[in-house]
Amino acid sequence: MFLKDYISDIYHATKSLLTGMKRTGYYFVHPKEIITEQYPDNRETLKMADRFRGEVIMPHDANNEHACTGCTACELACPNATIKIITKFDVTPEGKKKKALDTFVYHLELCTMCNLCVEACPTDAIKMGQNFEHSVYDRSMLLKKLNKPGSKIREGVE
Amino acid sequence: MFSLQGITNGIQSFLHSRFSATGVLIIESLIVILLATTLFALLGLVLVWMERKVAAQMQIRLGPNRVGPMGIFQTSADTLKLILKEGLTPDGADKFLFNLAPFVVMIVAMLLLAPIAFAKGFQVWDINIGVLYVTAVSSLSVIGILMAGWASNNKYSLLGAMRSGAQIVSYELSAGLSILTIVVLTGSLQLGDIIEAQKNGWWLFKGHIPVIIAFVIFIIAATAETNRAPFDMAEAESELTAGFHTEYSGMKFALFFLAEYINIFIVCAIGATLFLGGWMPLHIGNWQGFNHLMDYIPSSIWFFAKTFALIFLIMWFRWTFPRLRIDQLLNLEWKYLLPISLFNLLFVTVIAILGWHF
Repeated sequence: MFLKDYISDIYHATKSLLTGMKRTGYYFVHPKEIITEQYPDNRETLKMADRFRGEVIMPHDANNEHACTGCTACELACPNATIKIITKFDVTPEGKKKKALDTFVYHLELCTMCNLCVEACPTDAIKMGQNFEHSVYDRSMLLKKLNKPGSKIREGVE
Repeated sequence: MFSLQGITNGIQSFLHSRFSATGVLIIESLIVILLATTLFALLGLVLVWMERKVAAQMQIRLGPNRVGPMGIFQTSADTLKLILKEGLTPDGADKFLFNLAPFVVMIVAMLLLAPIAFAKGFQVWDINIGVLYVTAVSSLSVIGILMAGWASNNKYSLLGAMRSGAQIVSYELSAGLSILTIVVLTGSLQLGDIIEAQKNGWWLFKGHIPVIIAFVIFIIAATAETNRAPFDMAEAESELTAGFHTEYSGMKFALFFLAEYINIFIVCAIGATLFLGGWMPLHIGNWQGFNHLMDYIPSSIWFFAKTFALIFLIMWFRWTFPRLRIDQLLNLEWKYLLPISLFNLLFVTVIAILGWHF
């Protein structure tokens, strides 16, 4: 029936438009919903989202120990050669040679924050940091060594 | 009590005591020109700021908040920037028409100011065909837009201008028919008479169902006639860069931008005058006490409050509704709004003859 369709068209159109207006009207009278971060002003209290990916970091505990075994899984997972692992051989107390991490080289300027290295890591040695203020005056300053000087692998991490 | 009528009468008698009749006319015309220009500049600044704030709030943002408290000087700073910019005229453009177009659009907006009553007894020109004048002159603005689009020598501009022409010509019909419902009820084309007829209640309440339908149609048509989203086919940022004003820059662009907001103000002022009683305070039938209480609020405040409420409604539309395609736009007018408003006019005529309104 033509007339019935015509009127139901008008009814549904009006109803859906009013639903939209209700939503925007709700936002208009509820300024608390505003999600804008006034960045440089609120730098002290800025809270980033948990899943924000700013850079790759390697957490060190209080004894300056990390969990990296130097397996190079992250280096292999990286799609644009951002990570370069340099390994060395430690001598264990039993006199056996053991592969260990010497330097974790991280090229921030090449990184796309794709998170593949973090997913590839078998020992959760690296994760994504929240810092995003990476501006520097010289490109070479973006080349970072993630393991701190004198750090060693944590006991029990294989 | 504050009243603009008192001020104008005072100026009138003061001038009459000093100058001849011709001198008084010339001086008063100059005052009107000054006031109209000031109003335009102020409206441009306020409405652009309001639009940006409303848009931001509805999209859970903050909007301008750096230049002055709540960003109120943002639009002044933007205007200053636009004045300082170069007004470029493209090489292939028709120079004369290209430079004339923004002024045509502005002058049409200025002409529309004449019959609007801003307060009790504060009106430039209360002609007896006020409603006809408004509908006639408001359709002239399409000439400025077509001129701009044609003279730019740009395909985007031309397409935008042509769409704008199709759109304004179509929506003029339903806007005119919805205005006619009020004319039928009032029996006069003079805006002063229409306001006076709403002394015991606004038409929106007195005329119940048919006037509410007419009001909705008028608001839709007004949004379309001012080329605003969801009917912004003439600008169509996503398709035609900026439509008819793609090639304009600097102050000439600013004039188009200003004219858009002035037109919004004017259509909302006309909507407020016809449906919400213009400067007439909220009166309910014969409740003398209530009516007297409402009279204490100056009529100019009533007028501007109603107008800005309608402007807010139109801004609300813009930041909520999805844009229409050009064919959907014309479908809406010719298949829905026009038949409905024709039937509505018939309905309201019956109601006016039988006296079924309040």
